[in-house]
Amino acid sequence: MTDAPLLSVRNLRVTFPTRQGLFQAVRGINFDLGRERLGVVGESGSGKSMTGRSVLGLIRPPGRVEADRMEFQGQSILNLPERRMRKIRGQRISMVMQDPKFSLNPVMTVGRQITEAYRLHRRVSRADAHAKALEMLRAVQIRDPERVMDSYPHEVSGGMGQRIMIAMMLAPDPEILIADEPTSALDVSVRNEVLSIMDNLVRDRGMGLIFISHDLNMVAQFCDRVLIMYAGRIVETLPARELHKARHPYTQGLLASLPRLDAPQDRLPVLTRQDSWRDGDPIAPHADTDLPGGLR
Amino acid sequence: MASDTTAAAGGTSPGNGRPDPSARTALRRRRARGIAGTALSLALTLLGLLLVTFIIGRVMPIDPVLKVVGDRATQAQYDAAYQAMGLDKPLAIQFLNYIGDVVTGDFGRSISTGQLVWDDIRRVFPATFELATLGTLIGVLAGVPLGVIAAARRGGIVDQVARVVALVGYSMPIFWLGLMGLLIFYGILGWVGGPGRQGIIYDGMVPSVTGMILVDSALARDWAAFRDAFSHIILPASLLGYYSLAYISRMTRSFMLEQLSAEYVTTARVKGLSERAVIWGHAFRNISIPLVTVIALSFGSLLEGSVLTEIIFSWPGLGQYITRSLLSGDMNAVLGGTVVVGVCFVVLNLFSDILYRVLDPRAK
Repeated sequence: MTDAPLLSVRNLRVTFPTRQGLFQAVRGINFDLGRERLGVVGESGSGKSMTGRSVLGLIRPPGRVEADRMEFQGQSILNLPERRMRKIRGQRISMVMQDPKFSLNPVMTVGRQITEAYRLHRRVSRADAHAKALEMLRAVQIRDPERVMDSYPHEVSGGMGQRIMIAMMLAPDPEILIADEPTSALDVSVRNEVLSIMDNLVRDRGMGLIFISHDLNMVAQFCDRVLIMYAGRIVETLPARELHKARHPYTQGLLASLPRLDAPQDRLPVLTRQDSWRDGDPIAPHADTDLPGGLR
Repeated sequence: MASDTTAAAGGTSPGNGRPDPSARTALRRRRARGIAGTALSLALTLLGLLLVTFIIGRVMPIDPVLKVVGDRATQAQYDAAYQAMGLDKPLAIQFLNYIGDVVTGDFGRSISTGQLVWDDIRRVFPATFELATLGTLIGVLAGVPLGVIAAARRGGIVDQVARVVALVGYSMPIFWLGLMGLLIFYGILGWVGGPGRQGIIYDGMVPSVTGMILVDSALARDWAAFRDAFSHIILPASLLGYYSLAYISRMTRSFMLEQLSAEYVTTARVKGLSERAVIWGHAFRNISIPLVTVIALSFGSLLEGSVLTEIIFSWPGLGQYITRSLLSGDMNAVLGGTVVVGVCFVVLNLFSDILYRVLDPRAK
């Protein structure tokens, strides 16, 4: 890991006004992202997707994003004007979403969608963009890239769609990839394949990866570090290898509720939640850190 | 799904060097079957339409014979006409005869105009078609962008204005707006021509080719007549356009809102596309598919002839023709007009069906 983080976030808050008052989706979280694979885990509504989307400036009014600091390579990207944010989106920070069935435009060929992303950021000819798209499709191990270029999203399988998505989002060589539940919509059989393709590409390019998931096992396998989120806060930060050493009761509960082949149980324990977690201090592996809020 | 991909690839990719001939014939066969299926459903729809008009013609409490011979005819004259009209034959035979007549363009003679219904329709339909086309054009060109912008800036000023415009369009009676339009733009300001399709000095000056005066005068390069016809059509067309605008803009807005919340729109934004490119390049392509149907239906309802508009503007169109015939019990004319309107709807449906397939790759 390099010294200066790619992304540095302090006290990030995402709020939405509702009829019942302000809904706080993310309530003051801190994290740094280096050229590493950072897992973000939590149940639905824990604010993990909102965290990813706020980094890309995708929270649309009336939603609000506030932070003491949100820096990308030393440059503040907090509430940047749209025009400047667009230069970062796609080109420097990109995102892969959950279900390729919905996240690819159904009436555009795959080739057009990939070349569009690439040509937006690189001033290249149509032919060069086409070549680049083919190269990217090969990089995500699509065997027949020429054919896939001309097909429409409904003509490809889910696993293939997600590989296309990865190819499209990595074509402009971004430095950070946010993967928001990239395998949840896929068949179990192709999950690992897609994951390892993404993992290799991210590692080869020395990118930072934010891997948002609710699958603790998967995150433990693929990430270097894991943030556990609960109710809009980070409750614990751990190296992925030391997940079993989790000290926060929520993390322990999540781990305990996974079935294990080596220790079969009749009933899985039910996750218990305590209100005190909502506002308690996050647990970090090294409590002597001078930074608040769950940093290394 | 998998066979779809291979079939599509057979024709489109020279790169992988295997233009599978069997896949290609399979594709062609499927396409042919699709066309045959469409043609069949088209024929059945038209048959159903004719059946309905035929039945209406028989159950109406109007004696067709009496209408022809007049009420002072003798019984012998009446019987002769009754037989001449084929009314003594079984209903099934009558229906077959009716189909034969319609197919050859024979709708009988109109009692009120004394001319063949077919000739009447050829005269009045172009007037309605011209008005409906221009009206729809106005409705689409103004309504679609209005709806898109209203959705893109939801709750903004354009959205509010669009809402008021649509509400007025829905709720204001067209005859009142028509009269007010005539009063203001023709009576007071004198910006447009008055009722009718042409000023009296241009009447009959342009050779009739299509029956649409704008087209005919353009073909004859008679620009004075064109300007005159335009000044007559613009007010009623704007009025009809306003009504279809109200409908089209509301539908566009709701289609657009639905698409803007779709994930692929977020993808497009993540790519770094400008909001304009996201809306027009990505979302609009998707709403253009259902919009085709909406526009076709609104065009169809205008082709029926908007009776009130035609009456207020003395527009010699289909709506006025059918209404007038109905009031004088002229069933041949009414049924002929009904068949024409029905055929218009069927053809429009077919068109939107074809466009659907062109626009939506999933429908192939």
